[in-house]
Amino acid sequence: MTIANFIDMAFLVFLGITAFAILKLRALFAVVMLSSVFSLVSAGLLVHLDAVDVAFTEAAVGAGISTVLMLATLALTARREKAPTRTHAVPLIVVFLTGLALVYGTLDMPRFGDPQAPVHTHVAPKYINDTEKEIGMPNIVTAVLASYRGFDTLGEVTVIFTAGIGVLLLLAASIREPDGLRIQTMDHHLVLRVVTKVLIGPILLFALYVQFHGDYGPGGGFQAGVIFAAAFIIYALVFGLENARAAVPGQAVRVLVACGVLLYGGVGVVSFLFGENYLNYSVLGSTQVSGQHLGIILVEFGVGLTVAAVMVSTFYAFAGQNPPIGDEDW
Amino acid sequence: MFSATTAALIIAMVLALGRLYMGPTLYDRVLAANAFGTKTVLMIGVMGFLTGRPDFLDISLLYALINFIATIAVLKFFRYRTLGDRVDPDGGKR
Amino acid sequence: MSQIVIDGVSWALLIAGSILVLVGALGLMRMPDFYTRMHAAGITDTLGADLILLGLMVQAGFTLVTVKLLLIGAFLFFTSPTSTHAIANAAYTAGLRPSISEWDTDEPPEGPERDHGEEDPRP
Repeated sequence: MTIANFIDMAFLVFLGITAFAILKLRALFAVVMLSSVFSLVSAGLLVHLDAVDVAFTEAAVGAGISTVLMLATLALTARREKAPTRTHAVPLIVVFLTGLALVYGTLDMPRFGDPQAPVHTHVAPKYINDTEKEIGMPNIVTAVLASYRGFDTLGEVTVIFTAGIGVLLLLAASIREPDGLRIQTMDHHLVLRVVTKVLIGPILLFALYVQFHGDYGPGGGFQAGVIFAAAFIIYALVFGLENARAAVPGQAVRVLVACGVLLYGGVGVVSFLFGENYLNYSVLGSTQVSGQHLGIILVEFGVGLTVAAVMVSTFYAFAGQNPPIGDEDW
Repeated sequence: MFSATTAALIIAMVLALGRLYMGPTLYDRVLAANAFGTKTVLMIGVMGFLTGRPDFLDISLLYALINFIATIAVLKFFRYRTLGDRVDPDGGKR
Repeated sequence: MSQIVIDGVSWALLIAGSILVLVGALGLMRMPDFYTRMHAAGITDTLGADLILLGLMVQAGFTLVTVKLLLIGAFLFFTSPTSTHAIANAAYTAGLRPSISEWDTDEPPEGPERDHGEEDPRP
């Protein structure tokens, strides 16, 4: 067994231990911290498997935004999970049998990393060989994501859009609109305020860099959207939610959620107008390569816009709620 | 030389995890988690040099940012119990 | 020749940074009180991290990688002490106080050279 296999197994064992601890622990704050650790270890495993773009997104979303949103939710519920009142033997058996069936199904698949597997003899060489002359982009992952599999990514953006709308619909009744009566919570933390003020600009610039550098290195729309949202979230945490809402109103964010998907779909419609298939970027420029470049930049920007707006509006919805449990009972 | 740094960082990460597990108060645990995050950032940078792929530095910059945000969110959560604003009991604007 | 100089300088910086990081983590485990632990972890983490990043920068030369390392170093330089300050502030306002030792008089502690005479020894 090589050292690479050993590292993979160590990561997976750690994931298993963390998942088991999440199941068994009752203290909900520890569970939230453990889920953030789970996401970080997953990101490490993905880096080891050489999937750098996915690791980027996993670290940003799982270890960052997800933890913040779960903390915002923890303030609204009790601190400990209630003990289970009855045993769950039948569901456990059903899940176990389903898992066995799935494992049996994977026995037919080629071995992990088998060089004779169809994915390594047909799919990967085609993308690796053709990307240079058809799209002309060094980052093959972004080329596959945005151009070769553009329909899938359109579906993903629409899923994010729908999920954001669903959350806003469910929480719409309990969001407090700003009415000027709230106090700022971190007034006297001068160091924190000054440092955050200095850092927000570079964070937004880093988000722009990740957005447009996705053609050449790890990055792209999803990661950049999350970093954009992180800048606004840290502003809201330190300077108060009401100030953040004054800077970026909830209504504007909701409009931006739709604009991102509109941009993505609109690029496809423009391809229609030129007489080609939907989402065929080749006609957007004078040559095929320049058309593909322009199409991918626009499409990734739409993705980044939707992701950033959904994250920010979800944070506004979660953090702006009244806690139903009083401070003494928490 | 990178291997020596990696070994030192791994030992430091294990020690930080020990404090995370042992820390009697909550703030010990938050401190240990923050230190663990900083060492992760360094580890990703050094590993990028070890394997000859410095693209990883974007991830390490991102994780430094995420570590900072998560620490601030946890502290605000424990101090004020909310990540939004607190209602002013007098009802006036400050 | 210059490659040896570069390697030597980055060796020195990396080893110094690693020693600081190790000492900080050891202090995190061994110190008796929260505030002392925070002192150990916060200070050595900032300087140790910056030294390691400087060592990597020297190794990388004048490329884009150095600029990124510089950005990471600047970011850690700003946020690591701020996080430590925020944690200390939160702990202090929550009521956690540093443990101060019990005797606060000016008398020296009990030592073998001190002559008890007819006094009872301290309990």
